[in-house]
Amino acid sequence: MNVIAPAIAPAIAPGRPPQAIHGLIDVDIHPRPHSLAAYKPYLSTRWWEYLNTYGIRARHGFTGGQPPFPKAQPLASRRDAWPPGGTPASDLGFLQSQLLDHHGIDHGLLNPLQPSGQGDQNNAFSVAMASAVNDWQIETWVRPEPRLHASIVVPYEDGPASAAEIRNRAQDPGFAQVLMMSRTAEPAGKHRYWPIYEAAQEANLPVAFHAFGYSGWPMTNGGWPSFYIEEVSEHANSCQPQVTSLVVEGVFEAFPKLRVVLIECGWGWLPALGWRLDRHWHTLRSEVPHLKRKPSDTIRDHIWVSTQPMEDPERPEHLLDTIDWIGPDKILFASDYPHWDFDDPRHALPAVIPLPTRRAIWGGNARALYGF
Amino acid sequence: MAVDAIDCDIHPWLPGLAALSPYLDDFWRDQIVERGMTQLDSQSYPIKAPLSVRADWRGADGMPPRGAEALAAQALDRWGTRIGILNPLAGIQLLLNVDMATAFTSALNDWTRAEWLDRDARLRASIVLPLQSVDACVAEIERLAPDPRFVQVLVLAMGETPLGRRQNWPIWEACLRHNLPLAIHAGSSYRNPVTSVGWPSWYLEDYVAQAQGFSSTLASLLTEGVFSKFPTLKVVLLESGVTWLPAFLWRLQKTWKGVRFEIPWVDRPPAEIIRDQVRLSVQPLDAPEDAGIVARIIDQIGSEYMLLWASDFPHMQFEGDQHTHPGLPEALHAKLRWDNPLATYDRIRTSILEGAAA
Repeated sequence: MNVIAPAIAPAIAPGRPPQAIHGLIDVDIHPRPHSLAAYKPYLSTRWWEYLNTYGIRARHGFTGGQPPFPKAQPLASRRDAWPPGGTPASDLGFLQSQLLDHHGIDHGLLNPLQPSGQGDQNNAFSVAMASAVNDWQIETWVRPEPRLHASIVVPYEDGPASAAEIRNRAQDPGFAQVLMMSRTAEPAGKHRYWPIYEAAQEANLPVAFHAFGYSGWPMTNGGWPSFYIEEVSEHANSCQPQVTSLVVEGVFEAFPKLRVVLIECGWGWLPALGWRLDRHWHTLRSEVPHLKRKPSDTIRDHIWVSTQPMEDPERPEHLLDTIDWIGPDKILFASDYPHWDFDDPRHALPAVIPLPTRRAIWGGNARALYGF
Repeated sequence: MAVDAIDCDIHPWLPGLAALSPYLDDFWRDQIVERGMTQLDSQSYPIKAPLSVRADWRGADGMPPRGAEALAAQALDRWGTRIGILNPLAGIQLLLNVDMATAFTSALNDWTRAEWLDRDARLRASIVLPLQSVDACVAEIERLAPDPRFVQVLVLAMGETPLGRRQNWPIWEACLRHNLPLAIHAGSSYRNPVTSVGWPSWYLEDYVAQAQGFSSTLASLLTEGVFSKFPTLKVVLLESGVTWLPAFLWRLQKTWKGVRFEIPWVDRPPAEIIRDQVRLSVQPLDAPEDAGIVARIIDQIGSEYMLLWASDFPHMQFEGDQHTHPGLPEALHAKLRWDNPLATYDRIRTSILEGAAA
């Protein structure tokens, strides 16, 4: 397969931090079809008709992609991200101009969210949709724009089908990682998901968990909250049992080369989770004799995080503690384009962070992780 | 010699439902016999798990220590405890029959009073609440509040719905009427999976997930407006872990800046509100033993008033007499052990002042 040489990023872009000399890599861009018809060429007649008749059936009550917690903005998007006649991040030219060129982004990872069929109540439909979304990413975004890299969307509630999709795509250099949502139907370390990790390790691709999705369970372990502000802040809470589960079930012992990226999950919470796991692992080792290593060491070796939403302590120097505890080599810049809580690379990383660390976060760490 | 202490989290063990018989009416006393109900032990603390009871505090039968005398010898006398607050964890919150839950809860509270409070003047207790019914909770508060030895009310971190929900507000009003803080203890009613992504495999995961339950329900109390409506209500988190707090505050506050239009009654920064109204017990702290890291965390928390000393007896949180996390600075010990609990519990402060005057 021909590998298209990466386009040269503009040396000076108005929205690029000039100090980003190790590159500027955005690990969280959300392409979206302007309409479902974009997927039609990649779906069988049977599933195209199903999609049109029954639609996405997430594990919550609303149809038509209506979220149970209405977002803060239409389609959760920046007001200026709507291309003429289109929806945010549905138009390559507009995205190139507003995001890639303006900010001088060298590489961007595509993480398609709904309507992707992930986490649908119907696994067979998720399987068909994942394949269609992957074809669509390559044809619509990655082939015409080599700065963009696709994520392998997997129908994660079906482990073997997900592994087959990964193996199908693994040889295509247009894909840079495997994508799951953070709210799975069961904790992510359960054996039903292991075929995904096995195939990802085999393909040497990181597995990204992007915040969101609907597990089918209440959004907190004490029941449903009321507000969108809770939905947003609860993602940090949903990701913690995922890390716990991956560690405690022994996923990283079974797949020692597996790399996991938490995208838009926040990361301030990660050190405290590691300490809590260490403390009580110490007391409860008789329950989990398969765990040979201190949990926080496993986390340190296998988990990466993305910046957006950038942690925002009242005193910025507190960020330095947390960066130190997580590891400055484990943090990746993300913009979350085109969403309303987009982080501008010029302003997201406060100057209190030493410049070498900011450079690593802007690009160096992602370059090392993804091999760009 | 350790400074005087108020131990904010001690667990009396209910050795079986039969122990409640003397405190039940004829109908419920008959029910537990006729239906073969023997115990109310929650999965939150499997009785034989090493975390649930420290090995050297178990009796010869391997069971938890029983009674006020054992507690005095094993915990109070050893650690300079002048006042100890009992938080019974019998699983009444798990019951689905609201009448049963209400009857058993009242019996549990009466058992605590008769078999613990009446036997050691150093002891205080929480009023355990049957959250199955708001009316029953209010009635239980009204019934027991006249006894000043009940110093707070007690619910679990993970219930059927987050605690801030409006239907619960009559309970918080009752707390304020009687000057009772709201204590939230680790544990689940198991109405929902212990994670928001379903049921995990291991007890270790269940226990670790408690911290998420605390932060979720705290977010609910804030966003629904409980703290705004009741600015004098104090909330005490017990056995919550502590180190998750700063990052939780950062995220909640940042999100509030973005979407505060949704909750206009929260009219000042969430971290300030929570520092004013929320307290946490320090066992477990969930920090490494490195004093430098602990100092950073205390600095991130940004308050010397939020933390309360507790032993969490008889849970396994420390070895020997190392009842205070080794990383916590000496200078804080007196605050944690005495000043902060005293400032939190009006009823304890009053009883000590009256004692001093007498």
